[in-house]
Amino acid sequence: MKARLAVLAPAWAWLLLFVAAPAGILAAIAFAEADPGIPPFRLALSGIGFATLAEDTYYLEAFGTALRVAGITAGLCLLLGYPMAMAIARARPGRRVLLLALLMLPFWTGFLLRVGAWIGLLRDQGWINGVLLALGMTEAPLHLLYTEGAMLAGMVHAYLPFAVLPLFAALVRLDPTLVEAAEDLGARPAVAFLTVTLPVTAPAAAAAFLLVFIPAAGEFVIPELMGPPEAQLVGRVLWQEFFQNRDWPVAAALAVVLLVLLLAPIRLFQRLEARP
Amino acid sequence: MRRGRALRILLAVGLGFLWAPILLLVGYAFSADRIPFQWGGFSLRWFAALAANDRLVEAAILSVRIAAGAATLAVLLGGAAGWALARFGPFRGRALFGALIGAPLVLPEVVTGLSLLLLFVALEGATGWPAGRGATTVLLAHATLGAAFVAVVVQARLAGSDRSLEEAAMDLGATPFVAFRTVTLPLMAPALAAGWLLAFTLSLDDVVIASFVSGPSGTTLPIALFSMLRLGLTPEVNALGAVIVLGVGGMLGLAALLLRPRAG
Repeated sequence: MKARLAVLAPAWAWLLLFVAAPAGILAAIAFAEADPGIPPFRLALSGIGFATLAEDTYYLEAFGTALRVAGITAGLCLLLGYPMAMAIARARPGRRVLLLALLMLPFWTGFLLRVGAWIGLLRDQGWINGVLLALGMTEAPLHLLYTEGAMLAGMVHAYLPFAVLPLFAALVRLDPTLVEAAEDLGARPAVAFLTVTLPVTAPAAAAAFLLVFIPAAGEFVIPELMGPPEAQLVGRVLWQEFFQNRDWPVAAALAVVLLVLLLAPIRLFQRLEARP
Repeated sequence: MRRGRALRILLAVGLGFLWAPILLLVGYAFSADRIPFQWGGFSLRWFAALAANDRLVEAAILSVRIAAGAATLAVLLGGAAGWALARFGPFRGRALFGALIGAPLVLPEVVTGLSLLLLFVALEGATGWPAGRGATTVLLAHATLGAAFVAVVVQARLAGSDRSLEEAAMDLGATPFVAFRTVTLPLMAPALAAGWLLAFTLSLDDVVIASFVSGPSGTTLPIALFSMLRLGLTPEVNALGAVIVLGVGGMLGLAALLLRPRAG
């Protein structure tokens, strides 16, 4: 019992200090008043941060844009990731390891370097415009970077491997005799897919969607470096409120509202993960 | 099998989408041209420029030191937490303990970063520690993030076997400490190693949390790279990409070679 306490006590202390306390302080500052001092707030139960969010449609739109962009990103990852996972699951076991390595290796090369690579491809003097100009397919460089399309390409590139993994795990566990039985009974492959494979893997597809959606909803770096200036996602607005406007209560209130909005998806994801 | 071919084509498209930007980034690192992603003949000049860029080199060294420290702390903390969750049965506050250790896995980075910064500011105001923010605060934040991942890996590893192994050791006369050292720890070891690597990589790759909790003395490689990318791309980014991709690829290739099953 003493040994257990010796293991648990430091872990508890760390978690209370570095996980629980920050959440409490975040909530306290979200309710505080802005103040020109250092640090720039005065503790109070004013709720002025939340009132600011409610009054200005700019903030409402920031949440709407973030949820929409996260939803599109997760949807695209699912559309592209599902057939990829299916192809990997059907490969010979030896080949599967290689394909999974090819899928996950880009993750190990560094997030910002991949964003840098996209900037190099998409900007006005970039690689794609160079090719298009050389082939005579365009007269003047196309403006590809700092568009919503560029931002989505960057987000899908960053999150796609995470969507494939849970889908692969479900598809590789799928009993192939189920599909064979459906086909023996006369179902065409498309029908067998829609009536057997898809329903059985639906929870994994939901988990894959949420695994992308939850972090994408708070994404800051890709919208900032690749998105159009008007793509004011909540992660970006929070950053600006904190670092440029030094409005800590509004930044903290944005974080609290984002968390509340994500609670239901997070709970759903955890329930899907806990399934046997 | 027309269906199988369509799937394979989609897989190739997906992998091509993932790899094309990276391969082009690495390939053009060897171009002499001043404009990134333009071919100006083979040259290693940008690697020389990268090596001479003190700001980036110092940031890289700091990043590796923070990542190594954070990963080590994360293994101690996450290993203890994963062990407790897998083996201690229903202890008091277990649900809260599990929620706290796992929270960094599901929280958006901006929320984790902002709340940790607010903690460090409040702590400094109340106790004088930490005096300012920099490498230490980044290390503490990354250790907390990494511990969440280590705990998951360790818990999953221990869930694959039950407590009867340790109980058998103790029935045979081992003290709980000896049972831990000779049974549980070797069982956990692969998960601890994998967890250390994961925590190390996460720390090396993180820009959002580090940007919040860092200060003037704590410019990590991602923070330096982020401010470079904001101003525009330079060929040094290509060279850095080539060093990292070829370095990681070489290490993984070596590991695969060493771990490959022997013939016969």
